[in-house]
Amino acid sequence: MPITVEHVTHFLSVAAKLIHAHRDELTALDAAIGDADHGANLDRGLAAVLARLPAVADKDIGTVLKTTGMTIVSTVGGASGPLYGTAFVRAGMALADRHELGAEDVALALEAALDGIVARGKAQRGEKTMVDALAPAIDALRAALAAGQPLDHALQVAAAAAQDGALATIPMLAMKGRASYLGERSIGHQDPGATSTAYILRALAMTCSRSEEVA
Amino acid sequence: MIGLLIVSHSARLAEGVQEFVGQISGGQVPIVAAGGVDDGALGTSVERILNGLEQLRSVDGILALVDLGSAVLSVETALEQFTGPPVQISNAPLVEGAYLAAVEATNVGATLELVAAAALQARELIKVYE
Repeated sequence: MPITVEHVTHFLSVAAKLIHAHRDELTALDAAIGDADHGANLDRGLAAVLARLPAVADKDIGTVLKTTGMTIVSTVGGASGPLYGTAFVRAGMALADRHELGAEDVALALEAALDGIVARGKAQRGEKTMVDALAPAIDALRAALAAGQPLDHALQVAAAAAQDGALATIPMLAMKGRASYLGERSIGHQDPGATSTAYILRALAMTCSRSEEVA
Repeated sequence: MIGLLIVSHSARLAEGVQEFVGQISGGQVPIVAAGGVDDGALGTSVERILNGLEQLRSVDGILALVDLGSAVLSVETALEQFTGPPVQISNAPLVEGAYLAAVEATNVGATLELVAAAALQARELIKVYE
């Protein structure tokens, strides 16, 4: 079953619902090691994305993702704005003019998103950032696809890896962003950016398995 | 002529720095404030930063002075879309860096390199002598 622009807009609306449902949790995580605005910022940005989507619903997938990125960049005030914005814009550039995607395209788009986040934030794995959720998710997706699993199952595996990756940020020392100013005091807290990344990947997995339940 | 872009999570902080630094440069240096996000919340907006850069389009170079965290990422993101004069992001503290940059920028023949170097001296500024 190819991924169409309808799947992509559905993914974005599920992601917006998930982030909205977990808004207070994300903000609480950010209050511990940042400036307590991650949940509110991302919720506002994704709500703006949903408002913008009808205008591009008849366009190609690349255009939808680029529009998503530009909207996030101009509405999310914290570091996650430029980071997620760049991720969606890069994914959109990787899928320019495409109307249907296969499993390989999804993997390439996620890799382009990760490259964008790394280029913008200059973060490596293990520095307590969204990279610590996205990078292991892509590894898991690649491994599952290489093992011959269908895309919907491979994305479930990837979402689980992202969730594990977010939890694995708890003992890490923050090396980037506002949390890094805390030094050793950042240890023992789960990174809000890695956590929201895990929710967004869960939304992607839910979309492709057609499960719309928001947990 | 060199222009200064003041980027802060707070619109009022950016405007305050613009006012403070504008006073010592006697209005000779173009200074634009780009702080906050659209709904009045704290944060940095790529759109506001891009608008600020556009207001400075006619200068020969722009030094961006930033507060913390996402301010740098937001300026870098805006620069991907900006086609005007060269822009440097300063590693200097916001208020002191903007002050020293504005003083340097009032000199005839000030270049972006000289203004950027002047701002960086703020990192070694001693306020209290012990």
